[in-house]
Amino acid sequence: MTRYFTKEHEWIEVDGTAATVGITDYAQSQLGDLVFVEVPAAGTKVTQGGEAAVVESVKAASDVYAPVSGEVTEGNAALADQPDLVNSAPEGEGWFFKLTLADPGELDGLMDEAAYRAWVETL
Amino acid sequence: MSDADPVPEIDTLPLDGWHRARGARMVAFAGYHMPIQYDGIIAEHLWTRAHAGLFDVSHMGQLLISGEGADTALEALLPGDLTGLGSGRMRYSLLLNEAGGILDDLMVTRRDDGLYMVVNGATKYDDIGHLREQLPDEVTLNHLDEAALLALQGPEAVQALARIAPDVSALSFMEAGAFDLDGAPAWISRSGYTGEDGFEISIDAGDAERIATLLCDQPEVKPVGLGARDSLRLEAGLPLYGHDLDEETTPIAADLGFALSKRRREEGGFPGAERILAEREAGPILKRVGLLVEGRQPVREGAVVIDQDGSEVGRVTSGGFSPTLERPVAMAYVPLAAAAPGTRIRLNHRAKLFGAQVVPLPFVPTRYHRKGAPK
Repeated sequence: MTRYFTKEHEWIEVDGTAATVGITDYAQSQLGDLVFVEVPAAGTKVTQGGEAAVVESVKAASDVYAPVSGEVTEGNAALADQPDLVNSAPEGEGWFFKLTLADPGELDGLMDEAAYRAWVETL
Repeated sequence: MSDADPVPEIDTLPLDGWHRARGARMVAFAGYHMPIQYDGIIAEHLWTRAHAGLFDVSHMGQLLISGEGADTALEALLPGDLTGLGSGRMRYSLLLNEAGGILDDLMVTRRDDGLYMVVNGATKYDDIGHLREQLPDEVTLNHLDEAALLALQGPEAVQALARIAPDVSALSFMEAGAFDLDGAPAWISRSGYTGEDGFEISIDAGDAERIATLLCDQPEVKPVGLGARDSLRLEAGLPLYGHDLDEETTPIAADLGFALSKRRREEGGFPGAERILAEREAGPILKRVGLLVEGRQPVREGAVVIDQDGSEVGRVTSGGFSPTLERPVAMAYVPLAAAAPGTRIRLNHRAKLFGAQVVPLPFVPTRYHRKGAPK
């Protein structure tokens, strides 16, 4: 399994053509306390860079983008009642959705973990 | 990029370095770098409701209006009774335009050296221009821009502040006086904008870091940012200028009729008096109300109140998540017929429909230290 990162601060962990998507620890720290998360339902088609989920902090609403194109197989149902899982475990239990990749070639444009962490240091 | 676009200048306030040293995340607000949060908005909000939060509100405008007849002259610009305002007493009031629209909301206090006024940061230069233009020459307006302003808010604010200046516990809500704060001269009022008991403390900018540190050394006190200030005032049902109030809004529509002092209602003589007093009798077209929003998703400023046909009939002016109630709440202007508590309304926010119920404000009961109240 390999984990990739986007400049929009999403992560995607890939196992064959199956993948899990979430937002990074840096993203959750920038958003602050989350009070609402809306994830896509199974069957939703998402496209790379397109809106896939909504997060709302006390202050404001933000969109979460799909790191790659594909079909959602599962949204994280736990986030409906516990949006703060994204704050406490953004890169674990606070995952957003799972999907089947439409085009594994789209992963080529993403960063690996070391490159992402180094880039975040520059922000 | 065009050379014609001026780069907006963001100024720093006396406690800028102090906030950064304490881990604040800074944002631009009202032309200043301001702390939006330290530990997190929800934690800071709940701490203030349970203990005491220290807010830096030095961006607000502190004005001193003095000279013969200053109170009478100022009464021509706002609907509050100032000639009847006793020494050390303060009043919430509204600067009004000729149409009765709200130019700003403010606090005004009678001091020995004049009328001390605190106005919003984003509007202070407009207010100063308006006052200079409208007030007669014999009345002097001083902008106290060398002063910092701190707000200490929460049920334990009094015990924390009284440890440093014991006499402050004698103040009741909306009273103020001059105090010595560990050697720093301070003008302290028992007031604030969170719905809690608390104080607002005006000190010289040069004393600000030392006093802020001294206050935060008290076990009851933590620094709190603008984010929690906004969620606290929303729960307390308090309007925020530029959002819930603007020049198109009258005091009656904003449900701020209490700011029209009895003598002023009877005598008139404030800007827009005819319209405002007529609206007070007949009712406004739209009225500011509180909304409990169904579901978990917050509805924000800009959401639209719609009728059964989907037509826009009102708007949400503040909305967010209430940490105390653990649910979304909002303030909105709705048609008078829909303003009674219990009325169910519908909202359209970012192409999504929400149900909501009109409820009385405040959402969370206020706990001001009123005169005559026990303890």
